[in-house]
Amino acid sequence: MKIVVCIKQVPDSWADKKLSPEDSTLDRASVDRVLNELDEYAVEAALQLTEAHGGDVTVLTMGPEDAAEALRRALSMGADAGIHLIDDGLSGTDAVGTSYALAQVLQSREFDLVIFGSESTDARMSVVPAMVAERLSLPQLTFAGKVEVDGGTVRIQRVTDYGYDEVEASTPALVSVVEKINEPRYPSFKGIMAAKKKPVEKLTLADAGIDASQVGLAQAWSAVDSFAARPPREKGTIVEDGGDGGAKIAEFLSTQKFI
Amino acid sequence: MPTAQHPFELYAIDSLLTEEQRAIRDTVRRYVNDRIKPDVAEWFESGELPARELAKEMGELGLLGMHLDGYGCAGTDATSYGLACLELEAGDSGIRSLVSVTGSLAMFAIYAYGSEEQRQQWLPRMATGELLGCFGLTEADFGSNPSGMRTHATRDGDDWILDGTKMWITNGTIADVAVVWAQTDDGIRGFIVPTDSPGFSASVIHKKMSLRASVTAELVFDGVRLPADAILPNVRGLKGPLGCLSEARFGILFGTVGAALDCLETAIDYSVSRTQFDRPIAGFQLTQKKLADMTLAVGNGMLLALHLGRLKDQHLLTPQQVSVGKLNNARMALETARECRSILGGNGITLEYPIIRHMNNLESVFTYEGTNEIHTLVVGEAVTGISAYR
Repeated sequence: MKIVVCIKQVPDSWADKKLSPEDSTLDRASVDRVLNELDEYAVEAALQLTEAHGGDVTVLTMGPEDAAEALRRALSMGADAGIHLIDDGLSGTDAVGTSYALAQVLQSREFDLVIFGSESTDARMSVVPAMVAERLSLPQLTFAGKVEVDGGTVRIQRVTDYGYDEVEASTPALVSVVEKINEPRYPSFKGIMAAKKKPVEKLTLADAGIDASQVGLAQAWSAVDSFAARPPREKGTIVEDGGDGGAKIAEFLSTQKFI
Repeated sequence: MPTAQHPFELYAIDSLLTEEQRAIRDTVRRYVNDRIKPDVAEWFESGELPARELAKEMGELGLLGMHLDGYGCAGTDATSYGLACLELEAGDSGIRSLVSVTGSLAMFAIYAYGSEEQRQQWLPRMATGELLGCFGLTEADFGSNPSGMRTHATRDGDDWILDGTKMWITNGTIADVAVVWAQTDDGIRGFIVPTDSPGFSASVIHKKMSLRASVTAELVFDGVRLPADAILPNVRGLKGPLGCLSEARFGILFGTVGAALDCLETAIDYSVSRTQFDRPIAGFQLTQKKLADMTLAVGNGMLLALHLGRLKDQHLLTPQQVSVGKLNNARMALETARECRSILGGNGITLEYPIIRHMNNLESVFTYEGTNEIHTLVVGEAVTGISAYR
């Protein structure tokens, strides 16, 4: 089977993130960049499926030059090939534009499954997988905690607040995964060294047949008017326990909607 | 307030590494953070560790014999091997020792001095961690002066009969195979000894206060009969074991930087959050002097290690240069650990923080693989042309 995994390079989730004063987009230069954590689970899920059923895994990313490192990480885990959609015109593209651009690349490719991590740690919207599925008229099996393929059928457990739903569809289909699905492997040293030699196809907007007027910061459906740094954390409240400490804690938890 | 920089950011260490070297380092760092750091204090306290399980995991990553080519080994460059040792030793010197002894001592001996059949027989399964190795050179009475060793092998028909004891042998009781150096009529020779051979026994050395997350043993050979093809055919004399030690010392000159850095990072974090007299102790000039001096010591040690790594990758590294690195960085790490301990005050002596563990481990690292004194004399000889010990 052929699987395409869509991945994203994001700022290290532990780093302090800043917006650039010029165009209010994320200042990528100031922080370490890593492969989005949930995308590692997506790559792992794809590798496990092709290890069980045969086939190959292609990883697709859209992003600036540095995003090649995220591709290489996925390749070092064991993916077979990469596609890097890279064009200055893509800078600042929002979720709607991203789904359009990814769909344009995917529509000319053969695949049985497209797999996404269910969200990125920077934007945290979880909408791109559904949007891409819609644009390509693919069945969408999102928030998978388990995925199985049986012939032309893909079956997932969709993780919900109350348990899980069993959802199945015929391939080709689109799956997004949550972290419950597996434990991503460490890239082995052999994998790291082999990754250098694996093919990565670079595509511009024109190569991918993407209409430049539908992507980029100017086309985003939302715009940042202004932003300010988060105020420093205020000192916590100290409650002296005069016999009513328990009640005060309960009251605090209740005002914060914990109970 | 300006943002704090990591000591290695100050040195722009990443700019000296290739993308592949960074990827290998990051993988090992992640493995150590996930798998070693959460449990190592407990292993140290109890003196027991799941060595076989760890060896399998490390084999999967490609850590065992990683800088050897072929036979299932990853074949990375030497600098990557050094960086892996650094990350492992940031976890614990005992864990790095497990990898050094398997990869640099036992596997390297078979790789460099073994026959093609011996390499095929042993290396692939050692690389996966299925088989563990140990290395028998040191004896109770012959440490810095191994040429006086008493262990000997004599011929009996085509076979060899091995008698003697070896001391301070890392992995000794858990190894499947021992590379043992012994006197013969033909000078010192190396032998591959399966540890299930009749007459072979190993006993754990107890009551250690250092490298507790590592197995240390005494090996006894009581008339161990070995076939003719157990001998390593391609080396004679002390240069055999010394060649292996140069490999292992190369790992140590990186590894000690890792132990020192883990102490320094801990002390910086602690000093920023610990308040006395209503301010973080990091704000006191006495503490800042300690931290600044240690940042220079650890950063300079890293630059030295990377420089030696590049020389090794160009096949230019000499044993004397390895002595420079081991001498400087083991000493630097031990001093760093002690100074960091002082910053943590009383908290510095508990296993809640890594510092006292590193400090105790580094007492061994300071002495093993060529004592501080011997490396001093090697450097002394190098710059004077006069040997002070023979």
